Amino acid sequence: MSIIDSTRWLGPLLIGPAVLYIVLLIGVPFFMALYYSVSNTTTGGGTLGFVGLRNFTNVVGTPRFQTALKNTLIFALLSQVVILVLSNALALALQRDFRGKRLIRFFILLPWVAPISIGTIAWLWIFDSTYSVLNWTLRMAGLIQGQGFMWLGVPHLAMGSVIAVHVWRQLPLATVILLGGLSSIPQDIHDAAAVDGAGFWRHYFQITLPLILPISLVALLFGLIFAFTDIVIIYNLTRGGPYDTTQVLASLAFYTGIAGGDLAEGAAIALFLFPLLLAVAYGFLRIAHRTEVT
Amino acid sequence: MATVETRGVRKYYGDVVAVNGVDLLTRDGEFLVLLGPSGCGKTTLLRMIAGFETPTAGELLIAGEVVNDLPPRARKIAMVFQSYALYPHMTVFKNIAFPLKAQKVEKAIIPQKVEWAASLFGIGHLLHRKPRELSGGERQRVALARALVREPAVFLLDEPLSNLDAQLRASARDELQQFQRRIGTTTIYVTHDQVEAMGLGDRIAVMRAGTVRQIGTPQEIYHEPADTFVARFVGSPPMNLLQHQKYILGFRPEHFLPQGTQNEKGKVSTFSFRVTRVEYLGADRLLYGLLNGAFSDQKVIARLPSTVTVDIKAETTYDFTVEEKELKFFDTTTELRISTRPL
Repeated sequence: MSIIDSTRWLGPLLIGPAVLYIVLLIGVPFFMALYYSVSNTTTGGGTLGFVGLRNFTNVVGTPRFQTALKNTLIFALLSQVVILVLSNALALALQRDFRGKRLIRFFILLPWVAPISIGTIAWLWIFDSTYSVLNWTLRMAGLIQGQGFMWLGVPHLAMGSVIAVHVWRQLPLATVILLGGLSSIPQDIHDAAAVDGAGFWRHYFQITLPLILPISLVALLFGLIFAFTDIVIIYNLTRGGPYDTTQVLASLAFYTGIAGGDLAEGAAIALFLFPLLLAVAYGFLRIAHRTEVT
Repeated sequence: MATVETRGVRKYYGDVVAVNGVDLLTRDGEFLVLLGPSGCGKTTLLRMIAGFETPTAGELLIAGEVVNDLPPRARKIAMVFQSYALYPHMTVFKNIAFPLKAQKVEKAIIPQKVEWAASLFGIGHLLHRKPRELSGGERQRVALARALVREPAVFLLDEPLSNLDAQLRASARDELQQFQRRIGTTTIYVTHDQVEAMGLGDRIAVMRAGTVRQIGTPQEIYHEPADTFVARFVGSPPMNLLQHQKYILGFRPEHFLPQGTQNEKGKVSTFSFRVTRVEYLGADRLLYGLLNGAFSDQKVIARLPSTVTVDIKAETTYDFTVEEKELKFFDTTTELRISTRPL
């Protein structure tokens, strides 16, 4: 009997690499971070002494941390609201049949497929204070005169810019997930609503939206967690500036722990939102399960 | 109440012809059945009347008004789908109330109307359930109640019984007909099931390949089929059709009886029938076999009611007769019905 026929060994063999991957690359660093956050370790190494919750209490009171926490919430929530609205509209539009639909679907998916660092570097040029194509366009359209906006150099504008890039990056995935949800609604249901007299808004808010709610919540959950934890866009565009106005917890954790060398405090900052995210994830999955239809 | 009329309605999907010129006119309050095999265009025709599909050519009229350019919600129709298409996230009450809300019926009246519609179908006790908590028969009633509640001018039903088991289907058929008679709303009913069509329809339109082959009462469709397709499609077992050089001869299995057992004393034609197989079905006996003589070696089926007790054995030849008035003749090339002629 070969190993292929052995139910006792084949299963563990096939799932083994995945388990190994999760344990080594996610599990071990995660538990290391957990311990770091209650230790006094630094990138210089050496000490691993237990200090209790001192890192947390030290960091929570600092203005830098509080700004980052506020920025994180603004960045994550605002970007998700925009993504939800836009992805719903896009998915509804893409569900219809029209010429060139495949091509447009392909283009919409591009930001998700393209490497994120290349994408954000392109955005860096789009937002450049001197060469900004946005400013050029606005000037050509006669909407502004002179120098134009410092997209990444003015506090509110910088936050708006990183949110815009994050939306650009996340929109494709959210749209594809919602398209999947939309196509799972039988055509009969739409026909019944049409015969029953529902106009566009009633049809959308009372039939379509409730039916894609479970899958939308899953999309929102992924989006939120991604927005709370990702630093690529902020790292490439603003480095948290100007004056920390785009500094989020994830980037602050990086600058404190890796660049600044205080691994323990960095870990504490990174883990600060972990209980909240866990609760959000649990809550969303519960709602998604409860509203699941059919 | 209203009539539905189609004038030269066609529907092409690219090169595929789904409906190829249909002219129909329902009577007011009539129960009209569209009957045909799958792919004959009956559902496409219904969906055009409902407004889900746009005809490639032709006119659709509801209550004498051309509705080609009206959206479904403006056509004063209600539809029951094969899948019932209940809104899965709403309770039965909300499902039935949905068309009323969509039509901005006064809020205070809605509960009253929902309860009225629910009581008509005996589902008053289910109003707080979700569709997934209902049986197939209950779902079907909810779908009917939802269709009825806003008192449409026309009912469109797309195979609403085909998802029910056989026993339930028979009783649902009965209820459906009683209910339609009581409210007297013009109804168009699509089915591929000839038993449903015969049992329910005031008139039946038999469709094939996008055209209506015959429209008439169940009696006309059964006894006076317009062509060989209708003759074969309606009736179980189907009409016996015998090839002849000059015509096609048809007669129903139940009219093909052993000599001397015909009830009436009209003129009869006699055939020599070699029985190859006997099927005993309780109420009937089905005899399969081949003819001798002029229609040599052509297959025929005879259906003998249990009241005909003549002993029949397989692999034996008997003389069977058909009353001459029951013989139907069809043209060999057009397959259309032609006048009676001597054998």
